[in-house]
Amino acid sequence: MAAVRTSSEVAFNRIAIAAVLIATLIFLAPIYWIASTAFKPKELAVSVPPTVLFEPEVTPFIRLFTKRVQMQKPVDPQVYEAAPWWEKRIYDGGERVLKVGNDVQLSQYPNRFMNSLIVAVISTVLAVGMGTFTAYGFSRFKIAGEADLLFFILSTRMLPPVVVAIPMFLMYRMVGLNDSHIGLIILYVAFNLSFSVWLMKGFMDEIPKEYEEAALVDGYTRMQAFFKIVLPEAATGIAATAVFCFITAWNEYAFALIMTNRRAQTAPPFIPSQIGSGLPDWTTIAAGTFLFLLPVAIFTFLLRNHLLRGVTFGAIRK
Amino acid sequence: MASVALTHLDPASRAAARGWSDLTIRNLFIIPTLVFLIVFNIFPLIYSLGYSFTNFAANRSEPWQFVGLQNYRELLSDDHIWSNFVITAKYVIVSVAGQMIVGFGLALLLNRSFPMKGLITTLLLLPMMMSAAVVGLFWQLLYSPSWGPINYVFGLGDFAWLSNPDSALYAVAITDIWMWSPFVMLLSLAGLSAVPQHLYEAAAIDRAGWWYTFTRITLPLVSPILLIALIFRTMEAFKTFDIAYTMTTQPTAELIAIRLYKQAFQQWDTGKSCALAYIVLIMVLAITNLYVKYLNKVKER
Repeated sequence: MAAVRTSSEVAFNRIAIAAVLIATLIFLAPIYWIASTAFKPKELAVSVPPTVLFEPEVTPFIRLFTKRVQMQKPVDPQVYEAAPWWEKRIYDGGERVLKVGNDVQLSQYPNRFMNSLIVAVISTVLAVGMGTFTAYGFSRFKIAGEADLLFFILSTRMLPPVVVAIPMFLMYRMVGLNDSHIGLIILYVAFNLSFSVWLMKGFMDEIPKEYEEAALVDGYTRMQAFFKIVLPEAATGIAATAVFCFITAWNEYAFALIMTNRRAQTAPPFIPSQIGSGLPDWTTIAAGTFLFLLPVAIFTFLLRNHLLRGVTFGAIRK
Repeated sequence: MASVALTHLDPASRAAARGWSDLTIRNLFIIPTLVFLIVFNIFPLIYSLGYSFTNFAANRSEPWQFVGLQNYRELLSDDHIWSNFVITAKYVIVSVAGQMIVGFGLALLLNRSFPMKGLITTLLLLPMMMSAAVVGLFWQLLYSPSWGPINYVFGLGDFAWLSNPDSALYAVAITDIWMWSPFVMLLSLAGLSAVPQHLYEAAAIDRAGWWYTFTRITLPLVSPILLIALIFRTMEAFKTFDIAYTMTTQPTAELIAIRLYKQAFQQWDTGKSCALAYIVLIMVLAITNLYVKYLNKVKER
């Protein structure tokens, strides 16, 4: 049929592709808006009509990382001349960077970003590690009530975070895990473990049993066969699962909002809290949002062939 | 000597004789995960089930009392809670219907070959990978009544999407549709690409019209996967917290999860919150059950 295409089909095809392109532009517009606001001069972020094209600057990122105060009188020209380029940008905006001695005082953002990184990386390693072993167990051995156990595991993923958070908050308070990295890591492992088991089971099921059986005949123990034959075969699956778990932990909001407030607070509850009262500085907020979304955007491209599998818990593989 | 005896056994048993038995390995691989999930998911739920029958308040030190089913009775007869459920139902219907229509529509458009299809598909999937709380935050900027690009593009003047009681919930739903239509699109694309091409060819030979082909071939074959998308998104929309919580404080947009959060962590009505959490939990588990049932069905195909 492909060979005999009528002219109306060709025309319809063209219209469809044009519609796809328009839809893509509409879908990307909000992302363009937040990304571009991160590079706008302050006054253009809230201009009417909205500014689409402008000369980009990195000043919002300098403001994002530093503590500043409004200047009462203009800066001394000599001090201004001696200042490094990035500090001049802050002086240009009528502010000065706070310092202790010669050390620039950092804003809370880098700390919150690091907290997100620590919690997401450690919880991912644990969830994927445990999930890989468990998935192998479910994939290769006979287990009584296997379907029920797998349902139980998946159902823990579906629990609404706020529902779990109420008792966890009380228990953490008793043992002093509130506002700690460990407390948040445990919650994220519990949340991602079920996902990791299901996704890894799909990958494990695809590795032919014959590989290990051949190794067993050759004198490997089951554990050796697992580590030397199965794990290398599952490497792609492990990587994809890890990226998914990382993104989930990185994006998580409800647990972080309830369980942390200062020391262990991650970026998702912190970024919206910057709005505060009065006129928000949208360029700085956008800069923080941009840096926070960047890793996810990169990972989405790396994961593109596994996305379907990931969002269906390994059930649909394409 | 031993090696001679081992040759009579099957490979697994021989391996077992050399190292740990398969049974040991199975238990070692599975039990820690089950224990972890029981300790950190099931045990807390049992704990909060107990509290749901008390008047415990986490911010007070006075001892709590056992109140039986009073919390549940009060909740089920509380008009405010019912209005939260009604708001949630409205939100679920609007946002999931929107996602199904936009997502499936995009998939139908994308289901053909054209240059850079892979890149465009991935770009369209970006919104669903982002943090809902942060998405909610930057949509506030887009919706801004004074300098937001949305009002400018649509010529809406200073219409305050998020602080107008009539529009707040729908504004959040629109953002949710933007964020999650790509999910429906992704699943629909998989369903569409699995429809055997020869069915379309046969329909073309029979001179079947576009609508006939769509309703008799495409829809029936894609519907199992669409149903999965529908159930999953319904469940997730029912649980929505982040996106609505960061976008608006309007009482008309107070979803049940937000209500639960406020009751538990702002009013510190812990006992009653545990009871409400259980009501929500039972509803979520019912949908989960349905979801897994259909997921297994699609898997078997």
